[in-house]
Amino acid sequence: MDLKPVSLSADPQVQSWYEASARARLAGLLDAGSFAEFIGPEQRVMSPHLPLFDLPRAFDDGMVVGRGALDGRPILAAAQEGRFMGGAFGEIHGAKLVGLLRAALAETPAAVLILFDTGGVRLQEANAGETAIAEIMRAIAQVRAAGIPVIGLIGGRAGCYGGGGLIAGTCARLVVSEGGRISVSGPEVIETNRGAEEFDSRDRALVWRTMGGKHRRLLGGADAFVDDTIAAFRAAALAQIDRAPAFDLATLEAEQARLEARLDRFGDTRDATEIWGRLGINDPAAVPGLTTRDFDAVLAGLPEAPHDAR
Amino acid sequence: MTLAEILTSLFPDGHEVRVADGLISGHGPFGDGTLAVIGVDGNTPLGIEGACALAGHVLAVVRAGGDTPILVLVDSDSQRMSRRDELLGLNEYLAHLAKVLLLADAGGHPTVGLVYGHTAAGAFIATALATRVLAALPGAHPSVMDLPSVARVTKLPLETLQEMAKSTSVFAPGLDNMVQAGAVHAVLDPAQPLAPQIARLIAETPPGDGRDVLGRDRGGRQQAHAVAARVMREAAGH
Repeated sequence: MDLKPVSLSADPQVQSWYEASARARLAGLLDAGSFAEFIGPEQRVMSPHLPLFDLPRAFDDGMVVGRGALDGRPILAAAQEGRFMGGAFGEIHGAKLVGLLRAALAETPAAVLILFDTGGVRLQEANAGETAIAEIMRAIAQVRAAGIPVIGLIGGRAGCYGGGGLIAGTCARLVVSEGGRISVSGPEVIETNRGAEEFDSRDRALVWRTMGGKHRRLLGGADAFVDDTIAAFRAAALAQIDRAPAFDLATLEAEQARLEARLDRFGDTRDATEIWGRLGINDPAAVPGLTTRDFDAVLAGLPEAPHDAR
Repeated sequence: MTLAEILTSLFPDGHEVRVADGLISGHGPFGDGTLAVIGVDGNTPLGIEGACALAGHVLAVVRAGGDTPILVLVDSDSQRMSRRDELLGLNEYLAHLAKVLLLADAGGHPTVGLVYGHTAAGAFIATALATRVLAALPGAHPSVMDLPSVARVTKLPLETLQEMAKSTSVFAPGLDNMVQAGAVHAVLDPAQPLAPQIARLIAETPPGDGRDVLGRDRGGRQQAHAVAARVMREAAGH
């Protein structure tokens, strides 16, 4: 992807999501001035564990949660700060999202939005982070079962890796940008365990086309592909709220069929370009360079739309 | 305990549980009814095909109706780490397996996990940690990541981490530490028949998620429950 610097701007129409902080994303995503944070940084609820490792702490532990409005509709939202510890899930970080999801059952907002930006579990507090991820997934299932859409927005610099990828897969709808990589094992993890011949983590083009937003959208792993602006994420989040599938047997039966079909159809492929070719894209090699508008046109021209039961 | 010993203890009158490619599936008589069984054996990494197959078994139990409990037996590696698994969307497959287990539990099929060997990272989250109540057998070794890998990522000397692990449970691998965090509810007694122990866990564990309370009471996660509760209070306007 094009990683040229984007100047910070107060105008969400042009402000890059990738470059923005968690708070700037929330401020631009939600109706102006509507966001009210729970356990704000002034309360200084920080990691009790990082000092053991001589690591600096953040007043919000890298997780911002609160309420706001989206086009006038009440929502609850959580945003990870990828610039603090890679947005990783620690005890406090994870518990804030658990609490927000549990609050959703009582508050019944129009949606819960999760702005992912994470490398996965924070290893310095691994057991707390891992357990929190399990609690978050259970809570998302309950919130969805109560009829409240849980929408994931992915386009941050840390991507959405490890347990973050599993949480994303639990959401009802996902919006991604070019920078929104979604994966369980990251490139470096695969290379460390299996060697550079299996995955060369320095091959950025390989990373983007294997884990990036366009591939996830084409494969059916995400529901909308958007430009890297806060305004684009806002419009897509709004559009997805009313398209969220129920969390029931019918949806998960459909997802089972979708995932089985994917294995049958693409299980023998080695590279994303082979998958894109089989989907009916005439020039797969050109996909990474397509603008969002041209990419959407390619999507619209495919013989079948990406399946979206999740 | 080995898988064969576990199955014999669970089902003294026989069972229909099979293992193929490291994946466990089947059922056996349990009380007046049946216990459905899925899982991963032999320290097998969990990849896209495995997760998909296990999820299919769970959905079949849900589709059949009734209140058959589901036991998830786990001796796995971590998630399968490969370019192909990630290319095809491993996060969706693992999340799908977790979701069907959560759906089953919410729909009247109590889910119980039993870790009897290793498990780690994404495979742990998608299987054992997606159950209502998670038990383990002595000698089980659940973890997020082994200490040599933690040393690589955190750039701390392995010796330092090994020393810290003796007094700090929150990052250290192993069963005792997962019990303290509240992730593992109970450690079973391998000298006693397993079926009544599993039945008791199902009967005594309400459907809600009490892991953060366990973590607080056991000292492994002292703040998680209080922080989650505080968010709920602020959301309610108190």
